[in-house]
Amino acid sequence: MGPILEKVLIDNSLVTAFAVVGATVAISYLFSDKLTKGRLHGSAIAIFLGLVMAYFAGAFTSGKNGVADIPVLAGMGILGGAMLRDFAIVATAAGVRFQEIRHAGICGAVALFLGIFVSFAIGGGIAWAFGYRDAVSITTIGGGAATYIVGPVTGAALNASSEVIALSIGAGLVKAILVMTCTPFVAPWIGLNNPTTALVFGGLMGTTSGVVGGLAATDPKLVPYGAMTATFYTGLGCFFGPSVIFFLVRLFV
Amino acid sequence: MAIYGTAILALCSLAGLFVGELLGSLLKVNKNIGGVGIAMVLLIVTAELLRRSNRLREATESGINYWSAIYVPIVVAIAATQNVYGAIHAGPMAILAGVVTVVGSMALVPLVSRIAPPKSLPPEDR
Repeated sequence: MGPILEKVLIDNSLVTAFAVVGATVAISYLFSDKLTKGRLHGSAIAIFLGLVMAYFAGAFTSGKNGVADIPVLAGMGILGGAMLRDFAIVATAAGVRFQEIRHAGICGAVALFLGIFVSFAIGGGIAWAFGYRDAVSITTIGGGAATYIVGPVTGAALNASSEVIALSIGAGLVKAILVMTCTPFVAPWIGLNNPTTALVFGGLMGTTSGVVGGLAATDPKLVPYGAMTATFYTGLGCFFGPSVIFFLVRLFV
Repeated sequence: MAIYGTAILALCSLAGLFVGELLGSLLKVNKNIGGVGIAMVLLIVTAELLRRSNRLREATESGINYWSAIYVPIVVAIAATQNVYGAIHAGPMAILAGVVTVVGSMALVPLVSRIAPPKSLPPEDR
């Protein structure tokens, strides 16, 4: 029985993932209704449960892909992977009005550039406070504070040590997870309830997984706006990091 | 037919990702720059044009709407496949860098938003 069930689950990994995610979402909405009387959004609880499962999966398998490192749950890697993620995010745009983006376009662009430079500055500043004095390490850790992809790409381009690259990935992961979990609680304070602020939010935070997760947990209607600017962030960060920003850092140290 | 909608969505996605990839290679970064964002704009424009000429049938739209409805579950799968263990055990510097960046960037949201006057959500519910 056991091995046969396992075979079916593994052979149909994406189908298994649909069932597991569906069950997770169902439990989360039940929690949301019964325990928080709907105050905490069901999707916020589901995302949090996902992160908790990823933590334990990481602790048991010592892999890097959360539950996807467990063979029967490998399909979660497909469902949560770049291909379906991008496809579904593009689909959310179908309900967006063109005027909305044109209206807030400048805001989004300003947020994007400011977001990249501020993240590098804060991350680099903290690296400096922890005793790093070379421009390569400071820029790489700054890149990690942008996203967990900008950090290692910048580090590889600048020939940073593997220890520093690992730290930059760590900083980016912390950022992504914080944005996913904290956004619903911070949203009322920063006026995150309309397309304009969502565009700005996506540009400033930059981490696509974090922004999409955080906005889904706050108000699903805001997702396309935040995603639109956030998807430019990592690419531009990888462009500016090893070039302009590295040059600026070198002026200071 | 639903597949028409999904195919429109697929073509917009591929076209956007292609342009993003092109931008990346022009700027000599091995990363896609804004491909998803460009794809979204393409889809918005395509849907608007089809709607205006009354050629966006309900069945066609259902092929897009399914995928737009499925993204919350996809986000749950994204969350479940993050390296959470790695993040929590990344050491004080990485955690501090992540936390301070999030706090700083979030604090800038209301300031930057003020560049444009705020507008409410589009009236129709999706």
